[in-house]
Amino acid sequence: MHPVRKQRLLIVLFVVLFSSAAAGLVMYALSGNINLFFPPADIAQGKAPVGQPIRVGGMVVADSVQRSDNSLAVTFELTDYTANVSVVYEGILPDLFGEGQGAVAAGRLNEQGVLVATEVLAKHDENYMPPEVADALEQSGFDHKGNAR
Amino acid sequence: MIPELGHFALIIGFCLALILATVPAWGAWRRNSRAMALAPGLALGLLVFVAISFACLSIAFLQDDFSVKVVASNSNSLLPPVYKFSAVWGNHEGSLLLWALILSLWTSAVAVFSAQLPLLVLARVLSVMGAVGVGFLSFLLLTSNPFARLLPGTPADGNDLNPLLQDPGLIIHPPLLYMGYVGFSVAFAFAIAALLGGRLDASWARWSRPWTNAAWAFLSLGIMLGSWWAYYELGWGGWWFWDPVENASFMPWLAGTALLHSLAATEKRGLFKSWTLLLAIFAFSLSLLGTFMVRSGVLTSVHAFATDPARGLFILVFLALVVGGSLTLYALRAPAVSSRVSFDWVSRESLILCNNVVFLVATITVLFGTLFPLIMDALGAGKYSVGPPYFNAVFVPLMALLVPFMGLGPVARWKRDSVRRWRSELLFPTVVAVLCGLTLPLFNADYNLWVALAVALSAWLVLGLSRDLWYRVRGAVSLAAGLRRITPSYWGMFLAHLGFAACVTGIVATSQYNIEHDLKMSPGDTETLAGYEFRFVELVPVRGPNFLADEARVEVYRNGEFVARLAPQKRRYMATGQVMTEAAIDPGLFRDLYVAMGEPIGEDGAWAIRLHYKPMVRWMWLGAILMGLGGFTTVFDKRYRRLRSPAAVSASEAAHGV
Repeated sequence: MHPVRKQRLLIVLFVVLFSSAAAGLVMYALSGNINLFFPPADIAQGKAPVGQPIRVGGMVVADSVQRSDNSLAVTFELTDYTANVSVVYEGILPDLFGEGQGAVAAGRLNEQGVLVATEVLAKHDENYMPPEVADALEQSGFDHKGNAR
Repeated sequence: MIPELGHFALIIGFCLALILATVPAWGAWRRNSRAMALAPGLALGLLVFVAISFACLSIAFLQDDFSVKVVASNSNSLLPPVYKFSAVWGNHEGSLLLWALILSLWTSAVAVFSAQLPLLVLARVLSVMGAVGVGFLSFLLLTSNPFARLLPGTPADGNDLNPLLQDPGLIIHPPLLYMGYVGFSVAFAFAIAALLGGRLDASWARWSRPWTNAAWAFLSLGIMLGSWWAYYELGWGGWWFWDPVENASFMPWLAGTALLHSLAATEKRGLFKSWTLLLAIFAFSLSLLGTFMVRSGVLTSVHAFATDPARGLFILVFLALVVGGSLTLYALRAPAVSSRVSFDWVSRESLILCNNVVFLVATITVLFGTLFPLIMDALGAGKYSVGPPYFNAVFVPLMALLVPFMGLGPVARWKRDSVRRWRSELLFPTVVAVLCGLTLPLFNADYNLWVALAVALSAWLVLGLSRDLWYRVRGAVSLAAGLRRITPSYWGMFLAHLGFAACVTGIVATSQYNIEHDLKMSPGDTETLAGYEFRFVELVPVRGPNFLADEARVEVYRNGEFVARLAPQKRRYMATGQVMTEAAIDPGLFRDLYVAMGEPIGEDGAWAIRLHYKPMVRWMWLGAILMGLGGFTTVFDKRYRRLRSPAAVSASEAAHGV
């Protein structure tokens, strides 16, 4: 074989092997690190897995936010106006988190159906609604103030 | 009146871009030198009119002309003037206008600084850039007119700029980032010109290298500023989130890094020619994809397309035209430019090949992780999110794999080298690096395997580079004479590789040794973190130009000695009522102390407080600055400005070997 061709073949083989290794790594990393979004209605129906990383989003129910007096623990409820999900979280909430506002919590569901959150996300600015929340509300047939469409 | 003038200038700019995209290209095809000679003038004209348009929009912002829609939704009369100006690109329409302005800047720069380019090549390059300009200007004019008015119904005051964007870092971050994104359009245009002409030689690589390096340097600085901004402005002390918006800027950088190394091999050895062209197309396509991903709202939701079908459709068609068109051209013409040069396995070429494979695979894994949620959502398979653990799991091993090759690269010779020579060159650096890895982490903190590995690898890079520099300098009469003999190209490589080593050290050290503590504190409380004692002295109300704030006064002591006084704030902006955290940082070369306020808890004036101790976090940004400086330094190499005299050029290449 012509030496240039042979070299090219070896390069291609090297690239293919390396890319396959990388693709394997990608699949492995992906399998453990993606999480799926569930609206509160799905969780109430038991569609969400217990103990798996998931995200839940909805509007924060008015008067549901309760802070502990001596730690950063906080509990609140998320709703899509069809069902509610209780969330427990320990830490600092984002600036735009508030009752009657949209929020997304990431964590795992425990046996009691309470989401133990490791991260709480609120919107970036006043006009923005987390897209999953907007969709969940649309599916449940309410707008963000809880009025039926 | 002024907005209409801006709109009119934009239309003239569009017409000029249209002429630039067609007439010189036709001239290059028919070998009509009069048509080709029009290109530089048209490029300058394009710059003038887009600049007028941009100036008109800036005036509308500075004069609080709330009858203009983007001004009304993104500015406010209380906003400090400098933020009124930066608000010009703090929105979709304005930032696209900035894109168009920067594109015409680069186009004019090519027209002005390319006296040594043959007219045929120059006409093709400028035409391609004009065509990209046509795409962007028509996108602006048809779907995102920045000069749309609110008449009647002009509001009395504007909506205000998002408080997160009211920050000095955000004044220069977008322009720098766009200089980088758009800069790759020059490399892209050169690649398309080479494909059209069917010729690609060493002088082609020499023309396109400085442009690529400059764009890459701008992009490095832009990304670094974005990371730094996120660190001090978002209020939770993170500096990289693998957020789709960040990935959008990072992917062109990764592809661009592969490109500038592959260009080196193309220039010096006539190797990887068609591969280099493909990378140039790839880097610019990723820049376009990044701009549009951030700008189209597709990240907020794939359904954003449905709410504004005109924009979404335009973007899809434009991307398909650019990517599909250039790849088709590539498929037709690449065989004409491919190289037939062989090289030894033990050589600098094969190391550059490793660099390219690693960077390309890294780009693709990031692209995959970024697009995966969008694809799944578009297919209706559920709303997934791909978190930082995925990116870290994939990206960190790739970069760790890269560094050993990177240490060899500058030492290795082109074409053929020997393992024995590598061994003798690098034995000393290797031994010292391993010693550094074994002992360094013992000095101030617990032994940490990852930090030890990072320190060893970085030390290996730095020592290998320093030794190589020393060998290049020592033959001269004096040290100064020796240093003068080194070309800007070499200095650029040296700085950029040093910067990479600093980055690696900083990122690993800060990720591993970082201590974060969120807790409840009342005025009078103290808390100790990593030997630093944080005293919450008092809480005071503060009034800013357009916000009211609660300010916590925190004093930091170490072993009883005063270190710093920090004053984080929780602001409420008056126009929107939006609440924002303003962190307070005591910066240092070896550690940052970071305090931010969470929310008030209970009745007695207690607050949730975030205390962070971040060792060596600045090294990462300093490293990125070094990389940027390195990129700019290479541009000053004399051989890029010399008129073509092949004999002299190849002689100097043989002498420097860079």
